[in-house]
Amino acid sequence: MANYIKRSKQELAQRVAQDIFDGAYVNLGIGQPTLVANYLPHGLEVVLHSENGILGMGAPPAPGEEDYDLINAGKQPVTLLAGGAYFHHADSFSMMRGGHIDISILGAFQVSATGDLANWSTGEPGSIPAVGGAMDLAVGAKQTWVMMDLLTKQGESKVVSACTYPLTGVSCVKRIYSDLATLECTATGLKLIDKVQGLTNQELENMLGLPVQV
Amino acid sequence: MINKIAESIGKALSRVKDGDTVLIGGFGTAGIPVELIDGLIEHGARELTVVNNNAGNGDAGLAALLKARRVRKIICSFPRQADSFVFDELYRAGKVELELVPQGNLAERLRAAGAGVGAFYTPTGFGTQLACNPDGNAKETRVISGKSYVLEFPIHGDVALIKAEAGDRWGNLTFRKAARNFGPVMATAAKWTVASVYEIVELGALDPEHIVTPGIFVSQVVKVERVATQAGGLKTRA
Repeated sequence: MANYIKRSKQELAQRVAQDIFDGAYVNLGIGQPTLVANYLPHGLEVVLHSENGILGMGAPPAPGEEDYDLINAGKQPVTLLAGGAYFHHADSFSMMRGGHIDISILGAFQVSATGDLANWSTGEPGSIPAVGGAMDLAVGAKQTWVMMDLLTKQGESKVVSACTYPLTGVSCVKRIYSDLATLECTATGLKLIDKVQGLTNQELENMLGLPVQV
Repeated sequence: MINKIAESIGKALSRVKDGDTVLIGGFGTAGIPVELIDGLIEHGARELTVVNNNAGNGDAGLAALLKARRVRKIICSFPRQADSFVFDELYRAGKVELELVPQGNLAERLRAAGAGVGAFYTPTGFGTQLACNPDGNAKETRVISGKSYVLEFPIHGDVALIKAEAGDRWGNLTFRKAARNFGPVMATAAKWTVASVYEIVELGALDPEHIVTPGIFVSQVVKVERVATQAGGLKTRA
């Protein structure tokens, strides 16, 4: 019997939000990362970037208030905070590629111990490829964080020595926030930042099949 | 006298030819110049290469152009959406070619075209499948100050179709919210840029401090009736 409890999706979002600093410019990827916005510590001013040309993105509008000229990267309606700005696509991706975004938070299929990211394609034959801004988000920000379950539904580690899915970026992930542990990717492999209570380092290493420096 | 106001969409699009590369603004359904695309369908040009972030939503706009079989090739970053069924079917049947480009590289290749830049090195896509040309050969790469880059070339348009908010007879444009997206950069990258606007105003009425696209990048401005942007993208059309 396991002596630990996994972080729920909400707890994971809360854990990520704890590490975001006042004044940060942050891009939250489609899916799980968008939950982080709900847990940003009160009193911090964090400016959310959306790839389609928004800084200062706010919460979803009240029902009936949707404006479909004001949508996020997932094409869902959002709002603009006071101080927010609109800009065109080349400027938006200059913000990313040019290192102006402090933190980019992405989902992932796999991450290697040295920070390679695979999150855009499972390489499944016959599937229609689509990349969007994933490759720009992976390599452009000052820090790229991944948010994901540590294991697949089949119990295989999503943190690997080398990604088997097509890569999104090379050596670009700095941190992995997962339901079981928070890890740092370095040139010499994984370092432990924290793990859920009751999970031993040995259990973690066994799950990953990789050494974790403590 | 400069007068870029077109009497009709048909007249604004009269220069479009078979085989043209057509840059179409928009991200999902925000900023999609639906009226201009309908005009392009009516115009009848075939064998087009279309550049857009996506590959059409539902069965209107770009999806309708695809359905009418006017598109030989699409260059985009994110074709696969919940309601991209028209593209999906054509692609699976081998009836439309796809060049997949990371979104930032797409924007920058357009910017390079408009800015007269011959090519540029970008970190985006390095070490990935998209650092290969459509023929499968690897793109040129280079290490600059210890960082790895891929060489990318401009995307020049014969025509750009963009959706703006207001314009004047010199072609100066303003946009609305995040419907701006690719519009301003595509306007610079084409030989012939047609902008739809909801409002045509007198010269001087647009605050010069607020003009987003100066008229030098615009060939024709055409007024369309104001219609609210519809839900699209991941949402299923009602």
